[in-house]
Amino acid sequence: MTADTESRDEPGTSRDTWTHESNGLVYEMVVGLEVHVELATATKLFSASPNRFGDEPNTNIDPVTLGLPGALPVLNRQAVELAMKLGLALNCAIQRSTFARKNYFYPDMPKAYQISQYDEPINVDGWLDLPDGFRVGIERAHLEEDTGKTTHVGGAGGRIHGSDFSLVDFNRAGVPLLEIVSRPDIRSPDQAKAYVSELRAILEATGVSDAKMEEGSMRVDANVSVRLPGAEFGTRCEIKNVNSVRSVGRAIDYEARRQIALIDGGESVVQQTRHWDENEGRTHTLRSKEDADDYRYFLEPDLVVVDPDPEWIERVRASLPPLPAARRSALAEATGDAPDSESVAIAVERGQDDYVLAVGAAGGDAARGLTHVKQAFADEGADPSVPAADLAKLTRMEADGVVTATQAKQILADLIERGGGDPEAIAAERGFEAMETDELEGMVDAAIAAEPDAWTKFRAGENKAMGALVGHVMKASRGQADGKAVSALLQQKKNA
Amino acid sequence: MTAPTTAIDLAASVRSGETTCAAVVDEAIAEIEARDGEIHAFNHVAADEARSRAAEIDAMVADGVDPGPLAGVPVALKDNMCTRGVPTTCSSKILGDWRPPYDATVVTRLREAGAVVVGKTNLDEFAMGSSTENSAFGPTRNPLDTSRVPGGSSGGSAAAVAARYVPLSFGSDTGGSIRQPAALCGVVGVKPTYGAVSRLGLIAFASSLDQIGPFTHTVADAALATEAISGHDPGDSTSIERGPLDISRQLDVGVAGLRVGRITDLPTGADPDVVERLDEAFEALAVAGAEIVDVEVPAFTYGLTAYYLVAPAEASSNLARFDGVRFGARVNAADTNAMYMATRSEGFGAEVKRRIMLGTYALSAGYYDAYYGRALKVRRRIADDFASAYASCDVMLTPTSPSVAFEFGSKTDDPLAMYLCDTYTIPSNLSGDPGMSVPFGTGEHGLPVGVQVLAPALEEARMFRVAAELERSAP
Amino acid sequence: MSPPLTRDDVAKVARLARLELTDDELDSATAELTKMLAHFADIDALDLDGVEPMNNPTHLANVMRDDVEGATLDRDEVLGEAPSVEEERFRVPPIIGLDE
Repeated sequence: MTADTESRDEPGTSRDTWTHESNGLVYEMVVGLEVHVELATATKLFSASPNRFGDEPNTNIDPVTLGLPGALPVLNRQAVELAMKLGLALNCAIQRSTFARKNYFYPDMPKAYQISQYDEPINVDGWLDLPDGFRVGIERAHLEEDTGKTTHVGGAGGRIHGSDFSLVDFNRAGVPLLEIVSRPDIRSPDQAKAYVSELRAILEATGVSDAKMEEGSMRVDANVSVRLPGAEFGTRCEIKNVNSVRSVGRAIDYEARRQIALIDGGESVVQQTRHWDENEGRTHTLRSKEDADDYRYFLEPDLVVVDPDPEWIERVRASLPPLPAARRSALAEATGDAPDSESVAIAVERGQDDYVLAVGAAGGDAARGLTHVKQAFADEGADPSVPAADLAKLTRMEADGVVTATQAKQILADLIERGGGDPEAIAAERGFEAMETDELEGMVDAAIAAEPDAWTKFRAGENKAMGALVGHVMKASRGQADGKAVSALLQQKKNA
Repeated sequence: MTAPTTAIDLAASVRSGETTCAAVVDEAIAEIEARDGEIHAFNHVAADEARSRAAEIDAMVADGVDPGPLAGVPVALKDNMCTRGVPTTCSSKILGDWRPPYDATVVTRLREAGAVVVGKTNLDEFAMGSSTENSAFGPTRNPLDTSRVPGGSSGGSAAAVAARYVPLSFGSDTGGSIRQPAALCGVVGVKPTYGAVSRLGLIAFASSLDQIGPFTHTVADAALATEAISGHDPGDSTSIERGPLDISRQLDVGVAGLRVGRITDLPTGADPDVVERLDEAFEALAVAGAEIVDVEVPAFTYGLTAYYLVAPAEASSNLARFDGVRFGARVNAADTNAMYMATRSEGFGAEVKRRIMLGTYALSAGYYDAYYGRALKVRRRIADDFASAYASCDVMLTPTSPSVAFEFGSKTDDPLAMYLCDTYTIPSNLSGDPGMSVPFGTGEHGLPVGVQVLAPALEEARMFRVAAELERSAP
Repeated sequence: MSPPLTRDDVAKVARLARLELTDDELDSATAELTKMLAHFADIDALDLDGVEPMNNPTHLANVMRDDVEGATLDRDEVLGEAPSVEEERFRVPPIIGLDE
C-alpha cells in the first residue's frame, strides 16, 4: 500500500513537502540540481569565434574550438565577469580559481578533454531564496566549456541506439557555460520547479544568460535520492536531459518513486546516470561506461589562475540590477499583496513591477493597478503603452467610487487601444456615472422583491444565495452598479 | 666544407643587395636535395613556398624595404610547428597528410623578421625521445658521423644546421630536446625561459615544459634568433608580458665578475671526456675573469623522475585529441570507440604509446597522489633549489649530455637508458629557467662535447655572455 | 611505498587511453612500466610534506582577452582535412556505450 501526501510543514513558510508512504514507512526525496547555462557572451570561452545559436554547421570554428594540434586557450574576460555577476546574485563568495582538464573521449569533445573549473571554482557557498522564503544552498557555480552537437543518423528516429553513423557540428563547442550546483536541500518537485524558475529569472534579470531551456541554453541535471526523514542520505542517481521546468518536477517525482519501489522490493539503488524520457514519462539507465569515473583531472597547464581583485568584484556588484526577489518585496510592499502571491510573481516575471510602482508613485492605487496589469497587460511588455499616470488616475476614480470595477476595465481597454488618454473623458464618453446610493438602494429592494427565495436563503446564512440578488441588480443596471456596494447594501439589510 | 656562413652575414648581404634571397634559398634547397638522402634531416622540403617567399624578399629589398633582421635567411623548422598549408607531421603516422589551417606564432615572427622557411625537420615522434630514432619516417643521421644518432628529439633541426644546409633552425625543448642534439651535433642550441617564446602552434608534448628555441653555428646567431622569436603573444596565456629578449647588445660584455656555479652534488654518470671538457670550461671562464663558486642543488638528481611522471601525464592528455575525428589519419571500425582504438594503436609508435600509458597511469584514480601529485612537489623542490643556488651564483655550468653521439640502436631496447640522456637538461625545464648548449671541444671518437650554461628566468643576456666567452675560448 | 602495478591496471590504463594492446603487449607493457616505476621510486625517500605542488613555471594570473569576435577558419579548408565528412559535419561511426 502506498500513499502520497502533499502537506505543509514548518508553520510560517509554505514549503511544500513531498512524502511517499510505502509499507508503513514514509520516505522523503533529497534533491540537488546541477544547472548548466550558456553565458551571453559574444565569443567562446577560450577563443574568438562567435557564440551564436542557429548558425550554419561548423562555421563558428577556429583552432581552439576544433582542438587542432598546437591550439591554445585564452580566457574570455566577459565570461569571467558574467560568472562573477551570477555568483554575486546568488550570494556566493568569489575566490581565486583555476581550470582543470577533465579527460574523456567523445566525438563532440574536440580535445578529448573538457576545460572546467574543478577543485577551485570561481563562486562558492551561496544561496537562493525561493519566492516562499525557502532557502536552497548553492555549493558552487563554476566556468566550463560546452561540447559540440552530435546528430545521430539512421536507426530508430535519430536516437543514438541503432544509428548508422553520427555527424558532429562544433559551433557550440567552447561556448562558455556556468554550472550552478545546488546543495541537496530540495525536498519536493514544486521546490525544484520553483528553484529552476527563480534561477532563470535571476539569469535573465542579470543578463548572464538568456536561459532558454527549449534552445538548450539552460540545462538541468537532477541528483535524486530518497531516505526516511532524518536518516543518512541514500544512494543517488543523476537524471539528465530534463528540458523544461515541468519535466524537472515530473522527472524527480518519477525517479524518487522508482527508487522507493526498488528499496521496497528489497533491492538497493545503484548509483548511476539516468536519462529522462519526456514522452514515456520515465527515466532510462545510460549504460555505464567502464571508465566513466576516471576523468584524470589535472590543472590545465595552458591557463593561469583567475584571481579577481576586490575592485573588480565591487564594480561587478555595483552593476547588478535589482533581483527578482527584491523586486517582488518592493511590489508586495506597495500593493499590500504577499511577496509570493501570483499577481506579484507575474508582474515581476513580465517586468511590469516598475510600472505598477509608477502607478502608485503617480498617486494611484497600486493594488488596483496590479490587478489591472495582471489581467489586461498580458501582451504588453515591461513598458506598457498606457502611461502610468493615466492608469493611476483610473485607479483613483475607482477607489473614490466614481466608476465601478467593471467600468474601470472597460475604460482600461479603451486606454490600451488608444495608447493612453484621460480616463475621466472616456468615462464621460461612455456615459459612465456612478449610481447614487439612493438609486442603488431602490434597485436592491427591487431585486429582493423579485427573488424572494434567494433573499430567504441569504437571510438564513446561505451566502451563496447572494449571487442571485447581486446578479439581478447588475442586470437591471446593465453593469453600471458597483458589485461591492451592492453586497454591502445586502449585508446591511440582512443585519437590520 | 666551406667556412660557416652565419645567419647574421647572410642577412647583411641580402639586405645590402650583395646577394639575392633567391640565390641563397636555391643553394640551401640544392644542398638538401644533394645530401639529405643520407642524413634525412628533413621530412618535407617546402621548395615552392620558399622560392616564392624569396622572390617577395628580393622585391622588398629592391623597393628599399628592409625585410628584417633575418632578411633572406633560410630556416628549417622542427615538424611539430604548425605551418599553414604545409604538411606538419610530428613524425607520426597519426597526422596523415594533415596541413594546418594556421601558422604557429614563431612562424609568423620569423616571417616578419625576413626569414624563409625551407622545410620541416625530422624528430622523435611527438618529440618523445633523445635520438630521433623514434620517427615514423626513419631516423636522422648525425652529419658528423652517419653511424651515430644526432640526438633528439629535435635531431632533424640539429642535423640541418650541422650539415650546413641552413645556418638556422628551430626545435622544441621539453626535457633537453634542443640542447642535447645541439651537443651531439656540435652546434649551439638554446632553450629560452618558459613563457619567453610563444607556444601557440607548437604541437604540445608537455605544455608546462615545452619551449621553442634555435640551433645555430654561432652564439651571436643564436642570440639574434632568440630575440626574433621572443616577446609577448596574447595567443598564449603563459606568454610572459614583456617585449622581445635583449641579448645581442651584451654578447661582448665578457664574464669578468660573474659568479659561475659548479654544482657539487650533480648526478654522476657523464663520460670522463665530457667531465674534462666541463672542467676546462670552468678554467676558461676563470681565466676570463669569472669567479667559480661551489653550489648545491640537492633536488637536481630527482629531476628525471619528476619529469618522467609530469611530462607523460600532460602528454597523455595533449595527445588524446588525435582521435581520427577532425583531422589526420583514421582507421575505420564498426563504432566510434573501436575507431579510436584502431586509429590510435596504428597511428602512434611504441615510445609514444609507452608514455601515454605511463602518463595515464600517473593521473589515474588512486595513483595520482603517489605519482603525478608527488612529482609536482619534487618539481617545486627543484625550482626552489635552483633559486637558492642562484642566490650565490649568477649562472651554472653542467655537461649538456652525459656522452657524445652514440650509435644507432645502442639504447633503443632500454627506454630508461635513453631517458638518462636528459639527466642534465631536464631540471631547467621543470623550473622554467633558460639553458643553452655550446660546443666545447671534443670527446671520444673526436665527436663534439657540449657544455650547458644555465641561468635564472629571463637572464638570457647573462647566459649568452657566458656562452660567447666559451665560444671564444673553446679548444 | 607506491602501489604495485598489476596487469589489470595496465589493461585499464590502455582502455582509458584508447590503445589496443595484444596479450603479449600487455605483458611486456606491465613489465616495462613496473621497471620504470621502480626506478622512479627514488622520490619516495623525499619528505615532501607541506611542499606546494608546482604545475607550471608561470607566475602569471588573470590573463584574459576581450570578448571581441575574431577570425574563424574556412569551413571547406577544415573539412577538407577531415577523415570523413557529410552535410558539412564531421562523420563518425555509430557511438556505442549509451542508451540501452
